[in-house]
Amino acid sequence: MYRILERQDLTPNIHLFKIDAPRVAAKARAGQFVILRQGENGERIPLTLADWNKDEGSVTVVFMEVGLTTKKLALLQAGDALTDFAGPLGLPTHIENYGTVVCVAGGFAVATIMPIARALKEAGNRVITIMGARSQSLLFWEKEVGRYSDELIVITDDGSNGRKGLVTEPLRDILAKEGNGVTRVIAIGPTVMMKFSSKTSEPFKVKTIVSLNPIMVDGTGMCGCCRVSVGGVTRFACVDGPDFDGHEVDWDELMARQRTYLEQEASSLAQWQCQRGACAQEAR
Amino acid sequence: MAKANLDRKDMPRQSPEARAKNFEEVALGYTPDLTAFEASRCLNCPKKYCIGGCPVGIDIPAFIMALRENDLPRAARVLKEKNALPGVCGRVCPQETQCEAVCLLAKQKAPIAIGRLERYVADWERDHPSSEKTVIAPPSGKKVAVVGSGPAGLTCAAEMARLGHKVTMFEALHVAGGVLMYGIPEFRLPKDIVQGEVEYVRSLGVELELNAVVGKIDNVDELLSQGYDAVFLGTGAGLPLFLRVPGENLSGVYSANEFLTRVNLMKAYRFPEFDTPVKIGKKVAVIGGGNVAMDAARCALRLGADEVSIVYRRSEVELPARREEVENAKEEGIKFRFLTNPTKFLGDAKHQLLGMECIEMELGEPDASGRHRPIPKPDSAFTMDCDVAVVALGTTPNPLIAQTTSGLHVSHHGTVVASEATGRTNKAGVWAGGDVVTGSATVISAMGAAKRAAADMDRYLRGVEQTPA
Ligand SMILES: Cc1cc2nc3c(=O)[nH]c(=O)nc-3n(C[C@H](O)[C@H](O)[C@H](O)COP(=O)(O)OP(=O)(O)OC[C@H]3O[C@@H](n4cnc5c(N)ncnc54)[C@H](O)[C@@H]3O)c2cc1C
Ligand SMILES: Cc1cc2nc3c(=O)[nH]c(=O)nc-3n(C[C@H](O)[C@H](O)[C@H](O)COP(=O)(O)OP(=O)(O)OC[C@H]3O[C@@H](n4cnc5c(N)ncnc54)[C@H](O)[C@@H]3O)c2cc1C
Ligand code: FES
Repeated sequence: MYRILERQDLTPNIHLFKIDAPRVAAKARAGQFVILRQGENGERIPLTLADWNKDEGSVTVVFMEVGLTTKKLALLQAGDALTDFAGPLGLPTHIENYGTVVCVAGGFAVATIMPIARALKEAGNRVITIMGARSQSLLFWEKEVGRYSDELIVITDDGSNGRKGLVTEPLRDILAKEGNGVTRVIAIGPTVMMKFSSKTSEPFKVKTIVSLNPIMVDGTGMCGCCRVSVGGVTRFACVDGPDFDGHEVDWDELMARQRTYLEQEASSLAQWQCQRGACAQEAR
Repeated sequence: MAKANLDRKDMPRQSPEARAKNFEEVALGYTPDLTAFEASRCLNCPKKYCIGGCPVGIDIPAFIMALRENDLPRAARVLKEKNALPGVCGRVCPQETQCEAVCLLAKQKAPIAIGRLERYVADWERDHPSSEKTVIAPPSGKKVAVVGSGPAGLTCAAEMARLGHKVTMFEALHVAGGVLMYGIPEFRLPKDIVQGEVEYVRSLGVELELNAVVGKIDNVDELLSQGYDAVFLGTGAGLPLFLRVPGENLSGVYSANEFLTRVNLMKAYRFPEFDTPVKIGKKVAVIGGGNVAMDAARCALRLGADEVSIVYRRSEVELPARREEVENAKEEGIKFRFLTNPTKFLGDAKHQLLGMECIEMELGEPDASGRHRPIPKPDSAFTMDCDVAVVALGTTPNPLIAQTTSGLHVSHHGTVVASEATGRTNKAGVWAGGDVVTGSATVISAMGAAKRAAADMDRYLRGVEQTPA
């Protein structure tokens, strides 16, 4: 039984679950993920560990509602249980004292970046964090991330909080200003955002680590669904990653593979919503 | 001896037209009459070759004699003495190369249908659960960890539990059964049957921990230091091989493992009732020639593809799949393109698969495996349309256990090195068996290896180091 100990709504469609999973908590490291499944007919989906507490035996995930599974998850409350929960999977993010690191987080990935920023800080790095979202209502954890950041830059597409624009803009500014002073960029968020963050840092030749999110099934290296081309070599994101060098990733291929089930996902979501009465109203 | 009856009875099957459209079991099983007739053919030879042909040594004549006397409980008991998974083995074992191959009647091409009789007894037992409990030895006070819950893990766990040891079985996925659940399709091996046999193993007192990836949670060294007296590795050979040609990561190109896992384990054939989707091709190409390729092709057909082809680089005689399954596939309308090898996957501007560039092959001299080596024919390149391709070239063990177990001896193929007779690895307290040792093989060979390992683990745990004479 993987009981939900606590639920928080960080934004209207980004939720946090603290889950009772002592076995996962005992081994969790920054950058790793779990695969969970909800319901006997459910799909296996990966979510990154946002936090964990070994003493309490709990781990925290933060997820955004995008399709059927995440919308089903969003219906659960504290006290409910998840059907399956396996982890910690993937390799931990490599942490050492690099000097100055820029962390770039887009959308829900602020939660993903948290344990990484904390580990970087603990390793003695100077951490600059850029967090971006479409608008103010989608931002969360400014204070929390701020605690592990020497500098925090907030940016929104519409300018409703912080600077107006995309995360790549402050990233370019920092790299231009500090030059070789920045020794590493860690960018996590939607695939396009990671792609353009990598493109932004490439001319500055600053090593840029991204956390890839291809579609997965087992998450243990058995199916090959999560394969990505990195530096011309096929790697399995679930066991060789999810962290890779963003300058070497074949982004177009990754995005194409992510779109494989677009139509089917849309139709099953529509059908599910229909069963729950959402389309009956429309038809009336 | 009476004159041998060579009239071996076929097993009723769904018609090819009907079964190509559903995931229900193809073979329907013997009726009581067919069973009685088939059992009556057994010569009950003084020298029982068939037992020697069975990797787990089932007393085959004894269960057939019980069947002949219509004593089904006894037949079931004889089977279960040596085989915890008779319903599985009666369906998927390659009997034609094992027990049935050495049956005296095989010389006249009509061996006793041992597998079908085994299946009949197992199914009868399932419908008539006996009150008779398997005898379990008094507790030994020893703890055993079994890693992986495929045929090897299940067999080792059942044996060790019967011998009185406390067994915990760790499984990475959310259900137990290994390839029996995620690889072999429902229409060859119904998942209820597998789960019934998993339940039997649990009924012996085996604890099952699902969602537990050993190496990511506690590794083997930690299990040993935390109170397990012995560890059995039955982690299989789950890592898929690819062709390593351009375009292999296009959307629409699957490994057989992914395709079959989506369809069988996640039940994508019932999408959207089940949430996991799979791409339903119009033209599907399956690359390879083993059981896995046949299974993938037949799944693709049942999902509703217009045309499914098996693309194999050698000729029909070299197909490694079971004959019965090749025949089933042909009857259902799967096409075969022999002596053909893909050299490139072709996609559109959106990285969606459109087809494959292939070359024709011809057969050269036999290679180390004794099979004719396929050689590319010059100037024979051509393209073949397909919107889904499934690569079924075989698998090797997942490196996770090797990477996280200190000092474990692993071959350059990635397989764990273990004694064939005892399953012992070079690491004290660690045994291994099944596909993780041999590479992809068969259900029954994995079970045989697990039994030999269990016997040796038991001797070790009881402090009897030498095999008694
Ligand atoms: C290692 C890893 C860690 C992840 N961590 C998080 C996390 O911490 N929080 C979080 O909210 N999400 C995370 N994701 C993404 C998350 O797994 C997907 O959002 C989820 O699978 C969508 O499932 P769904 O059924 O709700 O939507 P679906 O109906 O499956 O998909 C809806 C839309 O999302 C896209 N999509 C599907 N799968 C993915 C994917 N794996 N990544 C990106 N887009 C996808 C589809 O193309 C489609 O457009 C992670 C993904 C990976 C691989
Ligand atoms: C599609 C297909 C069709 C086949 N058809 C036939 C057939 O008709 N007849 C036949 O005899 N054989 C057939 N085989 C082969 C047969 O299924 C295998 O030889 C057999 O399953 C091997 O058993 P195993 O127990 O060694 O491994 P597996 O069945 O592979 O089981 C290994 C288990 O270990 C788990 N595991 C792996 N790593 C870890 C870890 N670190 N921690 C915890 N758990 C772990 C896996 O999730 C899996 O459940 C087929 C195989 C395939 C793929
Ligand atoms: S998700 Fe199956 S191999 Fe990575």
